[in-house]
Amino acid sequence: MGPPALRGVLPVLLACAGLAVLQLLLGGLPFFVTLASMVGINVILAVSLNVVNGMTGQFSIGHAGFMAVGAYAAARVSMLLNEVAISGLPEAVSNQVLYAVALLAGGVAAAACGFVVGLPSLRLRGDYLAIVTLGFGEIVRVVIQNTPPQTSPGFWAMGGSLGLTDIPSGRSSLFSTWLWAFLVVLVARRIAESSHGRSLTAIREDEVAAEAMGVNTTAYKVRAFVVSSFFAGVAGGLFAHFYETISPGSFTYVRSMEIVVMVVAGGLGSTTGSIVAAVFLTLLPEGLRSGFLALGGQAAAQVAEQVRMPIYGVLLVVLMLARPQGLFGTRELWHRRKAKGAAP
Amino acid sequence: MRHLAPALLAAAALLLGCEKKQSQPSADGKPAAGPEVKAPAAPPSDTLLLGEVGSLTGAEATFGLSTREGIDLALEQANAAGGVNGKKVEVRVYDDQGKPDEAANATVRLINQDGVKLILGEVASTNSLAMAGKAQAAKVPMVTPSSTNETVTQKGDYIFRVCFIDPFQGYAMAKFARETLKLQNVAVLQDNKSAYSTGLTEVFKVRFAEMGGKVAGVESYSKGDTDFRAQLSSLKSQSPDGIYIPGYYTDVGLIAKQARQLGIQAVLLGGDGWESDKLFELGGEAVENSYYTNHYSPDSPNPATQKFIAAYKAKFNGKVPDSLAALAYDAANVSLDALRRAKSLSGPDIRDALAQTKDFDGAAGKLTLDEKRNATKPAVVLKVAGGKASYAATVNP
Amino acid sequence: MSYFLVLLVFGLWSGTIYALVALGYTMVYGVLKLINFAHGDVMMVGTYVGYATALQWKARGATGRAWTPGMGQVLTIFFVSMALCAVLGWLVERFAYRPLREKPKLTALITAIGISFVISYGFQMEVGFLPGPAPRAFPPLLKETTWLSLRGGEVTLSNIQVISFAVALGLMAALQWLVFKTRFGRAMRAVSFDHRTAALLGIPVDRVIAGTFMIGSALAAGAGLLFALKDSQVDPLMGTQQGLKAFVAAVIGGIGNVPGAVVGALLLGVVEQLVVGYAASSWRDAVAFGFLIVVLLLRPEGLFGRVTAEKV
Repeated sequence: MGPPALRGVLPVLLACAGLAVLQLLLGGLPFFVTLASMVGINVILAVSLNVVNGMTGQFSIGHAGFMAVGAYAAARVSMLLNEVAISGLPEAVSNQVLYAVALLAGGVAAAACGFVVGLPSLRLRGDYLAIVTLGFGEIVRVVIQNTPPQTSPGFWAMGGSLGLTDIPSGRSSLFSTWLWAFLVVLVARRIAESSHGRSLTAIREDEVAAEAMGVNTTAYKVRAFVVSSFFAGVAGGLFAHFYETISPGSFTYVRSMEIVVMVVAGGLGSTTGSIVAAVFLTLLPEGLRSGFLALGGQAAAQVAEQVRMPIYGVLLVVLMLARPQGLFGTRELWHRRKAKGAAP
Repeated sequence: MRHLAPALLAAAALLLGCEKKQSQPSADGKPAAGPEVKAPAAPPSDTLLLGEVGSLTGAEATFGLSTREGIDLALEQANAAGGVNGKKVEVRVYDDQGKPDEAANATVRLINQDGVKLILGEVASTNSLAMAGKAQAAKVPMVTPSSTNETVTQKGDYIFRVCFIDPFQGYAMAKFARETLKLQNVAVLQDNKSAYSTGLTEVFKVRFAEMGGKVAGVESYSKGDTDFRAQLSSLKSQSPDGIYIPGYYTDVGLIAKQARQLGIQAVLLGGDGWESDKLFELGGEAVENSYYTNHYSPDSPNPATQKFIAAYKAKFNGKVPDSLAALAYDAANVSLDALRRAKSLSGPDIRDALAQTKDFDGAAGKLTLDEKRNATKPAVVLKVAGGKASYAATVNP
Repeated sequence: MSYFLVLLVFGLWSGTIYALVALGYTMVYGVLKLINFAHGDVMMVGTYVGYATALQWKARGATGRAWTPGMGQVLTIFFVSMALCAVLGWLVERFAYRPLREKPKLTALITAIGISFVISYGFQMEVGFLPGPAPRAFPPLLKETTWLSLRGGEVTLSNIQVISFAVALGLMAALQWLVFKTRFGRAMRAVSFDHRTAALLGIPVDRVIAGTFMIGSALAAGAGLLFALKDSQVDPLMGTQQGLKAFVAAVIGGIGNVPGAVVGALLLGVVEQLVVGYAASSWRDAVAFGFLIVVLLLRPEGLFGRVTAEKV
């Protein structure tokens, strides 16, 4: 399709147009926007985690930590730039530009953390890496909890346990959230289909063999880690600007687990799977809520609110028992013709 | 097998769809759109639907459940007395698992899917803050029963609360400790995970020092911890004559027990988070002779308070209400009162009615909402003695 | 110095409880290479079972004092809750993990998370026998008395501390004996080495794994009761926090290694208390995890873990 120079940009342009239409049509329905934003953020988180957990076969359960770094960095940058307007641009546009800057800052901050954490710890194998990432997530949370209130001077005033509550409002939009979701999918797909991706797959299938074949495993693993944490940071930034208030309680290891669940439920290594599982698992709790309301009315719904989480747990178990390889295995929607054997 | 995923998605969409259809009209009736023209169809038009978001599961669940019981009682009484202007009042409750983002989502859902007129908010300030942003944006009034952090009502002019704020409560205890108990040297043990606790600590430290006292040291724990011995040993070495523990009763009982086990004889001081019968079960003799600030005194002669306590006991098998239940009861009643007085059931009109609340005779004391939408009311100091809390002093704002 | 000793005693005390929970993690990991995320919740269930059993004897006073149970009653409480938890452990293994044994490890991890949700959120409901979210005061099973007093009473050792410590070390020794000196232990080690080969050699793999789960869960119940002796409070989320810390302890010690789990747990307990005592208490968890990361970077297999060269 078209000259190669255009091929990289074309999908993004098309997505922009589509998303702009979506924004115009549905941007005024708050509940839809809420659901769509939650879904978008979770898609970014799941797809980015899949790069590490699925494609590279490493096991990170500290994604919420990177998300937190991104969320706080982006929020703080946004707060600092709140009084700034880019001259020559209408305020709304200038705000969006600053928003993009803040998101990038969040992503870069998270990526830097990913690098720092990844470089030494990726020499660890499987479960040990998992526990280090989990530890990293918890450390980030504790550090944030110990920061001074947001009214104190300095960039590092992250608000302690109350968190940041003055994040500029009105920045978040369906357009930006889903554009980033689109970008992460695009990047993940490109990675998977490049030689880079083949190296990652080699590492996943057999690290020793990959090393023997001349794959610099540490370098590839660290790179996968950095890409993954960059997008987690962006997702954090989107999260912060959507809710306009963040606190350490939003980034516990339970959230990391939720993202891992999405990746595994969708099928490790399958970007499509991550997307589908993120969409499904994000909507599921709200769906259960609606279901109970519709079936039993007010009284049943009140009881059901307390049963929701145990049911979610049961569903997880059932899903895994019924389809242990996840919904998609390692397949992708765009792989129809290539008959790819499922990974062991 | 490839069809499984789309099928699951379709199922989820269907489940969501179920609800949409039911409350279609309220979804189009934008809450902000001035006087209400269309009545929501999901609840028949002779009922008035309120929303509530609370932590019914998760680490904060006991507080969420107390709050729900208080609100339930208020609505039951209101409906028995003929409802609001002839309409039956119902409340739709969503659980937020103690997470701010879930609280915000639930708020959006209440406003846009269920078409509620007013939202009764969370206990934890962090969750209320997340909700407040969404409620303010949709111009739907929100009343939080017990989020005491100052910043909550600063989110906008649709956000109210029926409790006093941290600065006042911290000041009240500092004053009582310094002037009545004549304490010189007070240590603080704060819950680092809760904004409520760190907020009170900040104020107490400053105020107590201003009044000439000395703050010996500040140690912290995280809500849900069960071993406070190292912190307490560290505080013990400062030999304080009082320890201020602005936490929740779920932790305080245990802290008191361990403090006494370590031989700490200092007076224990606390805030309204202590108020619960559970405190005496969990703390036993260890909490005897402690003091805490509260919104009301259970043995106050105020008829509104006594009526509330009697009704609550009757409804919940003799359970004694905690302060969260009392505040939730007040939040619901203040809201119902405003709904009765409101010119129409539109957001701005309800807000105006709420803002005019004056000398409301609540279960947790008389309250007036000030221009910052906070309740101004005196704090009482209670003393624990003989396995119950009784009135010790009143501190006026 | 006395202050240091005081902190040391507290650290070892909380360490013993981490240790018993960590033993469960370590055994299951050794045999299945699975992080059993529901383990902490099993501990919580065990504590509640003990609580319910204790209540059977105790007509509760308004403020929760009086009633000192006899030795027989205490042992019964321990026995009942350990037995019930063993059954629970067996159920979890049978229905949530066994069907997935030949599948990727992560799959079983997700079911573990699912089970953990079911148990911990289930216990927050106040329906039937489920206790609801509010914490409960655990009646004192033993009257605390001072057994040893040092440095003019500044440092004391109570009977509960000594008993907890002895119980933990005793159980560790018993476990070590079980693993290295019994037929069952030999079977366990064989399964841990390679369960397919073990099956070929006639070892009843299913039964061995189920047995491992049952022992681990019973230990967790014991840990829960020792925890209740120490901190005298139960709530539905206690398992999550204790479980996480115990897991960290198991990894520090070298996961899969029995004495390692105990040493790691005691170390973690002491480090935590020292941080709280000498530095800022709010940094405790960060230091605990930082300690873990440092240990892993210096010794990637944990303190006592064996380096397993990967076979090519």
